[in-house]
Amino acid sequence: MFLMPDGGGGEPVRPFLKLSGVRKTYPGVVALAGFDMTVSPGEVIGIVGENGAGKSTLMKILGGVTRPDSGSVEIDGVAHDGLTVGGSMKAGIAFVHQELNLFDNLDVAANVFIGREPRIGGILNLVDEKRMRADVAPYLKRLGASFTPDTPVSSLSLAQQQMVEIAKALTMNARLVILDEPTSSLPLSETEKLLDVIAGLKAEGIAVLFISHRLAEVEAACDRVVVLRDGVLVGTLDKSEINHDRLVQLMIGRDLKIAHAAPNAGRGAARLVASGIRTAAYPHHDVHLDLHAGEILGLAGLVGSGRTELARVLFGIDERFGGTINLDGAPVALRTASGAVERGIFLVPEDRKGAGILLDLSIAENISLPNLSAYSPGGLVAPARERAQAEQSRRDLGIKAPTVTTRTGSLSGGNQQKVVLAKWLAMQPKVLIFDEPTRGIDVGAKAEIYRLMRGLADAGVAVLMISSDMEEVIGVSDRIAVMHEGRISGFLERADFSEENVLTLAIGKPLRKAG
Amino acid sequence: MNKKDLGLLVLIIIVGLVVYLRNPAFLGPQNLANTANLIGLFGLFAIAQGFVIITGGIDLSAGSMIALLGTLFVDLVGTRGVPWPIALAIVLVLGLILGLTHGLLITKLKMQPFVVTLCGLLIYRGVARGYTADATAGFPFGSEYPGLDFFVARIGGIPVSVYVLAVVAIIAWFTLHRSVFGRYLYAIGKNEEAARFSGIRTHTVIISAYVIAAGLTALAAVFFAMYTRSVQPSSQGNFYELYAIAAAVLGGFSLRGGEGSIIGVILGTILLQELQNLVNLLGIPSSLNFAVMGGVILIGVLVDQQWNAFRARRSIVEAARTPSAATPPAG
Repeated sequence: MFLMPDGGGGEPVRPFLKLSGVRKTYPGVVALAGFDMTVSPGEVIGIVGENGAGKSTLMKILGGVTRPDSGSVEIDGVAHDGLTVGGSMKAGIAFVHQELNLFDNLDVAANVFIGREPRIGGILNLVDEKRMRADVAPYLKRLGASFTPDTPVSSLSLAQQQMVEIAKALTMNARLVILDEPTSSLPLSETEKLLDVIAGLKAEGIAVLFISHRLAEVEAACDRVVVLRDGVLVGTLDKSEINHDRLVQLMIGRDLKIAHAAPNAGRGAARLVASGIRTAAYPHHDVHLDLHAGEILGLAGLVGSGRTELARVLFGIDERFGGTINLDGAPVALRTASGAVERGIFLVPEDRKGAGILLDLSIAENISLPNLSAYSPGGLVAPARERAQAEQSRRDLGIKAPTVTTRTGSLSGGNQQKVVLAKWLAMQPKVLIFDEPTRGIDVGAKAEIYRLMRGLADAGVAVLMISSDMEEVIGVSDRIAVMHEGRISGFLERADFSEENVLTLAIGKPLRKAG
Repeated sequence: MNKKDLGLLVLIIIVGLVVYLRNPAFLGPQNLANTANLIGLFGLFAIAQGFVIITGGIDLSAGSMIALLGTLFVDLVGTRGVPWPIALAIVLVLGLILGLTHGLLITKLKMQPFVVTLCGLLIYRGVARGYTADATAGFPFGSEYPGLDFFVARIGGIPVSVYVLAVVAIIAWFTLHRSVFGRYLYAIGKNEEAARFSGIRTHTVIISAYVIAAGLTALAAVFFAMYTRSVQPSSQGNFYELYAIAAAVLGGFSLRGGEGSIIGVILGTILLQELQNLVNLLGIPSSLNFAVMGGVILIGVLVDQQWNAFRARRSIVEAARTPSAATPPAG
């Protein structure tokens, strides 16, 4: 689907980017301690490292947002001492950020040309809509996009939106595209599409820096992987050397067998039985789901298959358009989130910052919020009680923060997620629903979250875990339910766990029964 | 009392001092009592406004509500001969119903607070004027209403409205700053979605805020009606919602919600009344009244924000001057 560049190859190429001895310190932190790297045209380089390893600083330097304290940045053979944002763009470096910078009220072409629209001229300096669309079309074709320049961005999937960003980079003659966590929110099928796009860029001689927590994709996409830890380059693995365990070991500097432990306690009685559930997203499809005490039920499926919508209905946040829910054998109404919370059904939402916690409140205030009356003798909140509970939670969950009165907004993603968890654990959970629990969380914190989930299940809590991370679904679940277009397309018991089986069900195909 | 409140208090004292030096009548017992009375009246519905603003909402209907309920109260007592305690009860209940309506429209029917209360502003003013056919509602000449003078009485030289404001302020302080309900108000103002995901009945809390606000505004309406003795529906309470919003903003409320304090809004009310008084006492043409007020609010908010930005920057600059640590922290 990509047009190959003028076939030639073989002769040594000048590196497009050369970093030597790049060092950057912030008050109290060495973000990068003398970093060297070269990037050749057409090379795909993975950059991995835990949060705080120095990846963001590296990106900021390449983007011209911050200047290194020492060291040199050479782009296309030219030394750039004081690289600016504009200079970086002009030199051919383009970013596709984790949080996409798109205007979803505009169409694809308008997004690609935002800020540099072709003009018709005249007094009103009108935008030349026609030319803009015509100019974008060939780029979309090169990327194999299935949408047109006049498609509203709001109607595109995440992977498609990333394509828009990449198209934008291409129209600016980018020679190095930096993808920051591009797959963390993509479902499997879309991830493959993105990997295709990366391969296409490579074929055109465009270099790609691929930053990701998802090691499987790094393995698949990259020619070379650079591992950062504490601002230091701790290892470079060539394609043949890349493997998951090596990467993890380098990243965290120790051996870590992720707590994908087998379940200890068996599956208990049916805790939550949902039958004939109809959601707003798929009003014509029934969903049947049984969730048992003491199990972690993984809920896999493509993004848009109705998993989040199901979770929101079970938590009472969204309206249920049909079906019944039984909790411990008795029917429950669950029309509001407060009703669900009263019954011990809790949700750790996908949108951590928007819905999971209140960034402006302290750790203690977040933890007490759902059960505030318990901290408020006589109706007046007793901060000492809140802090006592929060201290307890901080110890139990290993929340890293200066004090429990610290604003949650200043915590790392993993610690914020622990606060979300802490507020539910401070109550008596019966059913705990996790929606993408480890998205954007570093490897170390991920393992801790898995351990906590396992501990909850062992304590008899029924855990439902929505995840688009295949490793996570297979590694953590006791049982997997797979959704496809608003229906549960199948359940998998542990013996049948495999990527292939999950994927088959996720795209709505029946499983081939092995003999 | 936080730093912001303290700053406001200092400003109030400085302005007061300047006015006093230019015109000693400022601290005369008559002027003090008058100003205190106005602070009491305006404070009541400024606190009301605070409850709504803290949720990220706004109540533009307060002034019109003061006109409508004031007109009604005077009409019920003066023209229709309803005993005043019953009239008071009717007016308060009506206020609560209006607040409930605002709250229901905003939460259940998902209308924007600005739109709902803007329509309230127009509707209540129109109904008040239509009700008396633009005539002034007043008490018959020479009539006596035993007990009704309570609203304009002074106890120990201090107007009753001040005592009422003090009681309301103390209750409001505990409600907003110490109670579970108050914490919910702040949480909703900061992030309604996250509050809902924490199991808070956000609709109930927001509706309650509008009901409380309208109830306090209704109480203020009766006080204003008794203060003016007769109510001209086309002018009573004109722009009062803006006084309330201004007092809240001066007092540190954020119109985005989730920030503000009772002490702040009361200090804001005091400063506004002091400025009114300043215009009168210093012989500034009263037509410039609004210009003085607007100017002071603009400068006050501007200085406050710039000062905060400066302090935040200064602390970073100071941190950047210390020698760099050898190892980065974990995480």
